[in-house]
Amino acid sequence: MHKILYKEHLPGGASWSARLRRGQGLRIQDPTGEANLVMGLWSAADPLERFCLPDTLKSQRIARLAAPCTLQSDMGRALASLVSDTCGWHDVLGGLGDHERAVARFGETTYQDRRNDRLSNARDHFLVELGKYGLGERDLVSVVNLFSRVSVDAAGALHWDPKPMPGRGVTLRMEMETLVVLSATPHPLDPSRTWTPRGLDMEVVLLPVSDPDDPVRTSCPENARALELSERLYPGQWP
Amino acid sequence: MNAITESNMDPKHATRILVQAGDHWLHELHAGQTFRIVDLEGNQAVDTFFLDARDTAERYCAQTTIREQGSIHLTTGTRILSTRGREMLRIVADTCGRHDTLGGACAAESNQVRYGLEKRPMHNCRDSFLLAMARSGRNLTKRDIGANVNFFMNVPVTPDGKLDFQDGISGAGKYVEMIVTRDVLVLISNCPQLNNPCNGWNPTPVELLVWDPWRPSGARHPHVH
Repeated sequence: MHKILYKEHLPGGASWSARLRRGQGLRIQDPTGEANLVMGLWSAADPLERFCLPDTLKSQRIARLAAPCTLQSDMGRALASLVSDTCGWHDVLGGLGDHERAVARFGETTYQDRRNDRLSNARDHFLVELGKYGLGERDLVSVVNLFSRVSVDAAGALHWDPKPMPGRGVTLRMEMETLVVLSATPHPLDPSRTWTPRGLDMEVVLLPVSDPDDPVRTSCPENARALELSERLYPGQWP
Repeated sequence: MNAITESNMDPKHATRILVQAGDHWLHELHAGQTFRIVDLEGNQAVDTFFLDARDTAERYCAQTTIREQGSIHLTTGTRILSTRGREMLRIVADTCGRHDTLGGACAAESNQVRYGLEKRPMHNCRDSFLLAMARSGRNLTKRDIGANVNFFMNVPVTPDGKLDFQDGISGAGKYVEMIVTRDVLVLISNCPQLNNPCNGWNPTPVELLVWDPWRPSGARHPHVH
């Protein structure tokens, strides 16, 4: 077991953000097995460098995330790696839900009427969380939807393809100083019209950095090079 | 979606621009104009990004466009949507049949990851984007670059979620045509990639055509009523 630095419960419908360091990890458990967790990543030291979905997909020749894999920045570095994963498919296509679509799907609610059970949406969550770091709409690029499965058929059409599994979880290992933004809001392709966002349990842990036999590093030469480019930020500190 | 749809717009009424392989083009287009990109010699990826001309914080969003049309490919009927969920352009003709939304632009750094750390000096689309923006005087920077469209590029996804970069399905003279529905900045890099077959191992010129509906000769696009 890795040392747990602190624990967080992220309630359904809520957002979260933190700057995490190289050598730290984020363990996320989905107790109901029905959660969707929207995630974006930025370099904490220089947020102009940010998660780049196209580079992540094409270098690994994937259209979904599954461990072992890297989440790469637009500067060729691995911001984080997915090192363990009992889900096996995380969506990269659906993007952010927004206020207009949330209202169309769930109906209008207000804080006045519902207090903190009012409906929320990923785009507003990200604008608020990014605003805490002086970032904004121009910094909000592609996101991933952890725990949701969207497949693509031969014609290119999307299919919402949920596989609920209580207790599923992932571990993300930070490969550099990374700003992580999360929103526990429903996937925009989920057809349910009932507002029941699921909460998640999180632990920030200490994790050993990638070694030469690391499954992420050995998964493909592209990942080895992305990890090497991250390591160049820390000359002399890691082999 | 793989619809081949021809246009009956007349090129002799259009403004025509040639963009050589490896060159960039950044230009404002106005609502009501018709915009065509022609793959002159075939198998040429045209990396294209759109920003709202009045408020560049609003720009093309690949994920929103994919999700709202329920398909990863762009073709006739596609509404090109912004980060705020609004239509920027609409594809009204397409003789290629599909265009990529997932591959993004090549960059010096992504070439290092994909092909080797020594590949950094090779010309690439992100460098073209950055130079086009820096020269434009519009105060655009790397912060304004998001995931772009690759016209004429073929990137199918397998049922088990793998991505496949295939040789283009485009050919000489194939084109894609759009109606501009909001005033937009169009940022193009005519892709110089030599490390994979996205340009058939031989990057070539493309032609851009723009029709003005308010000119006497520039007939309104028949798809717009």
